[in-house]
Amino acid sequence: MAIPLCMFLILGLLGMKMSHKLAGILGTAGMGVTLVLAYFTAFTYFFSGSPDFVSSEGQRLQYIVFNVDWLQFYDNLVIRLGFLLDPISALLLVVITTISFMVHLYSNGYMRDHHGVYEHGFQRFYAFLSLFSFSMLGLVVATNIFQMYIFWELVGASSYLLIGFYYVKPSAVSASKKAFIVTRFADLGFLIGILILSFYTGTFNFTDFTSAPVADGVYGVSLDTAQGIKNLIAGSEAPIFMGASVLTWALVLIFMGGMGKSAMLPLHIWLPDAMEGPTPVSALIHAATMVVAGVYLVARLFPLYLMEHSAMVIITVVGAVTAFYAAMVACTQIDIKRVLAFSTISQIAFMMVSLGVADPNFHEGLGYMASMFHLFTHAMFKALLFLGAGALIHAIGSNDYTEMHGLRKYMPITHVTFLIGCLAIAGIIPFSGFFSKDEILSACFGNSWIAYLWMSMVAALTAFYMFRLYFLIFWWKEHPVRQGHHTPHDQPWTMTLPLVILAAIATVAGLIPFGNFVSWNGEPYDLFGHFDWSIAAVSLLVAVVAILVAAKMYMKENPLPAKMKNAMPTLWDWCHHRFYWDELYMFITHKIIFNGICRPIAWFDRHIIDGTMDGFAYVTNKASYAIRGLQSGSIQMYVWIYLIGALALGAITAVCIL
Amino acid sequence: MDYSQFLVMKQEIGLLAVFLIVFLYDTFMPKRSLGALGTVSSVLFALFVAYGFCPSVFDSPVETAFSGMYATSAVIANIKTILNIGALIVMIQAMRWADQDLVRIRRGEFYELLLTTLFGMYLMISARHFLLFIIGLETASLPLAAMVAFDKHRYESREAAVKYVLTAVFSSAIFLMGLSFVYGLTGSLYFGKIATALMMGDGINALLVVALAFVISGIGFKLSLVPFHLWTADVYQGAPTPVTSYLSVISKGAAAFAFLVVLWQVFGCVYTFAWEWMLYALIILTITIGNLFAIRQRNMKRFLAFSSISQAGYIMLGVIAFNGMGMAALMYYILVYIFSNLAAFGVIGAIENNSGKVNMEDYNGLYKTNPRLAFTMMLAMFSLAGIPPFAGFFSKFFIFTSAINQGSVAIYVLVLIALINTIVSLYYYLLVVKAMFISDEESTVATFRSACSERFALWICVGGILLLGVVSCIYNHLLEISF
Repeated sequence: MAIPLCMFLILGLLGMKMSHKLAGILGTAGMGVTLVLAYFTAFTYFFSGSPDFVSSEGQRLQYIVFNVDWLQFYDNLVIRLGFLLDPISALLLVVITTISFMVHLYSNGYMRDHHGVYEHGFQRFYAFLSLFSFSMLGLVVATNIFQMYIFWELVGASSYLLIGFYYVKPSAVSASKKAFIVTRFADLGFLIGILILSFYTGTFNFTDFTSAPVADGVYGVSLDTAQGIKNLIAGSEAPIFMGASVLTWALVLIFMGGMGKSAMLPLHIWLPDAMEGPTPVSALIHAATMVVAGVYLVARLFPLYLMEHSAMVIITVVGAVTAFYAAMVACTQIDIKRVLAFSTISQIAFMMVSLGVADPNFHEGLGYMASMFHLFTHAMFKALLFLGAGALIHAIGSNDYTEMHGLRKYMPITHVTFLIGCLAIAGIIPFSGFFSKDEILSACFGNSWIAYLWMSMVAALTAFYMFRLYFLIFWWKEHPVRQGHHTPHDQPWTMTLPLVILAAIATVAGLIPFGNFVSWNGEPYDLFGHFDWSIAAVSLLVAVVAILVAAKMYMKENPLPAKMKNAMPTLWDWCHHRFYWDELYMFITHKIIFNGICRPIAWFDRHIIDGTMDGFAYVTNKASYAIRGLQSGSIQMYVWIYLIGALALGAITAVCIL
Repeated sequence: MDYSQFLVMKQEIGLLAVFLIVFLYDTFMPKRSLGALGTVSSVLFALFVAYGFCPSVFDSPVETAFSGMYATSAVIANIKTILNIGALIVMIQAMRWADQDLVRIRRGEFYELLLTTLFGMYLMISARHFLLFIIGLETASLPLAAMVAFDKHRYESREAAVKYVLTAVFSSAIFLMGLSFVYGLTGSLYFGKIATALMMGDGINALLVVALAFVISGIGFKLSLVPFHLWTADVYQGAPTPVTSYLSVISKGAAAFAFLVVLWQVFGCVYTFAWEWMLYALIILTITIGNLFAIRQRNMKRFLAFSSISQAGYIMLGVIAFNGMGMAALMYYILVYIFSNLAAFGVIGAIENNSGKVNMEDYNGLYKTNPRLAFTMMLAMFSLAGIPPFAGFFSKFFIFTSAINQGSVAIYVLVLIALINTIVSLYYYLLVVKAMFISDEESTVATFRSACSERFALWICVGGILLLGVVSCIYNHLLEISF
């Protein structure tokens, strides 16, 4: 973990002095070493069978590698920095380092033009990438919620820096600001939630919330502890605010932080704009790693969430609405990165729903496992799709599919890998997305049939819009080779190699017996024993139908899509404009907040605060002018003042106290 | 007499050894090897600083010697080590200055005098009897006067020395008078015995208050608390820059700790009765007046003189806190202050040595000609003003927290006043930054490459400013050992 930090420091401080090539190699190599270490750690954790990692009953344990006191304010207000190893952090370690390494490698090719000339700020780019990787790793291994918050902000900051990488482009600058402000707003809720929770429990440690100690530094997930926390809060004279207990409020506020980072409705507006950043960044941050931080957060505190049914319902509903909304919007976007962005929002919402419906009484909390499984597979295939999209954009020079069409012959590798990505996300057997999505749907089914139907519909939409995108890019009509444009072609090996590797992973990752590694309480869960063929068949059927519809509409150039559009103009308009969320926010911020709140505040600031400060400055200045005579330079005077001062001090005190 | 008692004074003996070697080197070595004198003393002293981290010193047990006149403990050993670090940086910074033509023949004396005053400060800190305390105080003060007059060909330097000596003598007289009252009231000069007598209720009357006021003013002179501060600006301006930095940091740090020991150990039981309110008034006066004067200064050294006055006020917050956290916060503050202030003085010294300029106007546009120096100065100013994440923020935070922990409403008000003053101080610290970075004027200071020693010292300071706040184990360690 320290390696990316060192790389950030080296590249950030010395980057200007080293050549572009060296910076790229150094960054990639550093990430490569981190990758190997992370794999080694995860491998040791999952397979060594050491009693620190697995209990005798086969339950996987949480192992605290180290935990140092960083700032100690009082005895019970200690901020620690540590390293917690458990199934989900080991999983995320693997995901982050894999994607990050691919992106580092890929950017070597992406961040140059066709003549191999490096972009301006190439070293800066690598420095920020390293900073991001460091922060993200710090986030997932956090031992306490405050450490998580620190790194949470760090990933936010590095995401801000990377979105605004092309800082001469006004749209990139405003997108980066938007992302930062929206997530910061959500983080405010997160922070308040943390403070409420730790105020009533007196601890920041995750293990104190959710686990029972097994041995020194080793913990096992335990519902009793979470129940204990709930009782503790209920037992204390905690107020009930607006009909909900303190614990509910804390959990909902913490979830609000997760909503911001994971782009859940209504805080999703930053993610589509964040696509202004370089595409590898979108792949790393806004598809695979940072945006799933919200899911990770909920998963981390899962036993606590289990205690509060209402919080779980909120998660489910928010996730379900977001999933559907984003899928609808994705059907109408023109910019391929926006389509992928909305698809990301929708998929993360899938994971949220899955956590929300997870219930230990049904299939031993299948939803939790499904969510983590989907997080893993989604990271792989979405990164693949983004990197593929990056290759297309790099080749064409535009984000719009209207400029692409029929590229399958020109860019065969990109074509095949992109297709694999689409098949995976659509949930076609045997690609990875099929298995994870199927688990989610089973989990929904176990909870309620409404959730199941709803999510199946979203799954169908997913398959539809992804294949719409795929056909529009690679089929539709022959590629118009315009005058002065060279023929698009596959990219250099630094860009295609990551595509191939990720495609391979996306193909086979579904076959991993995931339940053996990750489950909500650490006990192995036999995935295939519980495999429900009827649900699988239904979801497969739905996906295939959706793909066929997409094929019918977009395989060859035809007037059908336009007809559809004209048949439902209102719906299309609303979807195309993302249901006017941005406009709504504009209205709220510009009209209501600016006029109603900011104006008065600005007036107050200008007249009262500034006035006070000006007054201070005036008084200070006058006073400082008036007393300058004291410093006359005459030693007699100095001694006089000294003596009078000493006597006055004694005399006044004596008079006052006697 | 049991001579093995001397072994308790490990650090004093070590310092004396360094002093003797430097002295012998200076006196008996051939003239051509005297050029290396600065390096030799710095290296020797660096070894001595390292010695401060040996377990036997670092975790030194509580020991007393000479029938309780002298005491040492982990806290005392650590505060001495902190002062040593500062003194080492000053020595390194002074190398370039000491190599100038007019100073060269006397440079040995500079190092010797510096080590002597440091010895005096050691005694002040370790003393548990007012006689030893006075000896320490005088040993720390008088050689400093000689150091202030080091540029004897310069009128300001001589004037500063005279002012310093006269005020120092005067303050010593007042201090001694206060002590004699205390002796009359309690019949002893041992810290412990005075405290016991006061605890029994002997001599708690108006005379004690006056005596306390005199004692406080005597040490307040060294700390340059308002209204005992008037010598500060003239002396700081007139003295050679390395001496000024020594005066403003090391001398002040030692006095602050000694002050804390005297007030807590001797007069601890009359805290609420007498000195809480005296100190309360002094802190408000010191911080506010220091700030008010600092705003108007155009000479960098005078400016830092007033800034150091107001910083002394902040340091006193740790004393008035009267709890273990206050002591740790005070030591930490001194440590951070050493790095921040010496960084500022290092830059001033480097510029003065190269161009002879010390006025704020000369710093206009410094960034364009000497970006690194300007950057270092900016860090120093940020740290002094207490902007996170630099060390100065944490030291201010801890010292405010310790004061708040004392718990009374009056202290809340005091902390509030101190906080408002930090805003004022932000203004003048940023004035310097503004002059260096934003001003469009052409810099009058030409681009130059500062000497190796100066750069080395500045790197240490920058490292300290950046790291001290984040490496929390330092503060935790101090908190652990303080009582």
